[in-house]
Amino acid sequence: MRKQTFSLQGVDLSCIRDDRVLFEGLSFELRAGQVLLLEGKNASGKTSLLRILCGFREADAGQIKWCGEAINDSDYYVDMAYVGHLDGVKKELTVIENLKVSLALSQAGQYSIQQALVKVHLDDFDDALVQTLSAGQKRRLSLARLLITNKRLWILDEPFTSLDTAGIILIETLMTEHCASGGMIFLTSHHDLHLPDVDVHRILLS
Amino acid sequence: MSLSNAFFAIIRRDLILALRRRSEIANPLLFFILVITLFPLGIGAQPHLLQSIAPGIIWVSALLAAMLSLDSLFRSDFDDGSLEQILLSSHPTSLLVLAKIIAHWLVTGVPLLFVAPLLAVFLGMPTQSIGILLLTLLLGTPVLSLIGAIGVALTVGLRRGGMILSLLVLPLYVPVLIFASNAVEIASTGLPVHAQINILISIFVMALVLAPWPTSAALKMSIN
Repeated sequence: MRKQTFSLQGVDLSCIRDDRVLFEGLSFELRAGQVLLLEGKNASGKTSLLRILCGFREADAGQIKWCGEAINDSDYYVDMAYVGHLDGVKKELTVIENLKVSLALSQAGQYSIQQALVKVHLDDFDDALVQTLSAGQKRRLSLARLLITNKRLWILDEPFTSLDTAGIILIETLMTEHCASGGMIFLTSHHDLHLPDVDVHRILLS
Repeated sequence: MSLSNAFFAIIRRDLILALRRRSEIANPLLFFILVITLFPLGIGAQPHLLQSIAPGIIWVSALLAAMLSLDSLFRSDFDDGSLEQILLSSHPTSLLVLAKIIAHWLVTGVPLLFVAPLLAVFLGMPTQSIGILLLTLLLGTPVLSLIGAIGVALTVGLRRGGMILSLLVLPLYVPVLIFASNAVEIASTGLPVHAQINILISIFVMALVLAPWPTSAALKMSIN
């Protein structure tokens, strides 16, 4: 029943960087169960838009609304998770220690830490220091963070970077599951997204 | 999880990190010890002079050691993206930042408290003022971490923020330096030092309450 009430709206957003207009008058709406794929060539403002959605940057014009309210007046940050270019994990900590900190910073979700590690095939590495992991494994670890918390909106910046084919299929499965359970995903990707069971919308930035 | 969980998880995380990169603890402490031991060598066989400037030497060294350690407060979190995750948490950022500052003080300030009495004896400081020295360090070093955090938060996004950081932070350290070293000096003459200690307590409480807000605001600016 709560499903219908959640939505992320961008109204007339624009972003200007160094006198260059990246995008102007951009509006979109993302509802529960949907995926919004942001496309565009390099330097077209994809990451800037994601960082505006995270609240790291202010939009030069326009507004972002979560469930109809401005993001700073709503429970937006309780419900959103961001995985960016940077993994956001400490390389001197073990896999488990990293996930425990992430868990402490938000609310526990569907999976326990152990279950999430099994899901992303890192269960044999739980006591390994992150600096001993490969780039793809670090990526999986930062995506495991999404599973242990109960975030409804996932904002993903190139989630498939450095993942192998199996890893990509795995993440696509997890994304399908997330949308089936009423979640929503806003992502950028250069990889062809293969999500047959999900309502995928596209925005092209140029 | 609750706010207290998050608060202690961050303190715990930063302490584990400090233990794994030992230099973070060792550098400021080693600097503190080295500077203080060099003074008697530089000044020569003048025990009275040394004794009278001992409070100043110890406090100036503590202050510089704190400055030296400041950059590590947010640098690695900024570089690897952990800071973004902390700022995105639904918990109040200022309290999470306070947790980081407390961890920083435990790692860089507390060790100074342990070696300071030893170095004080080494400089010929009278026994009655060593207690006061410890008290001023106990009240003063957290202030150095708290005020320093504002400066680091402002400069962490800059590539070469070191110089600006010291220009920003050093003037704010001066009151602590004046009252703390004055208290130790007066204590060695046997006079009461309540006034200085009370002022240090008020500076400490003010910094504790006021510093986390500008720090979290500055971090949000730096991350953009």
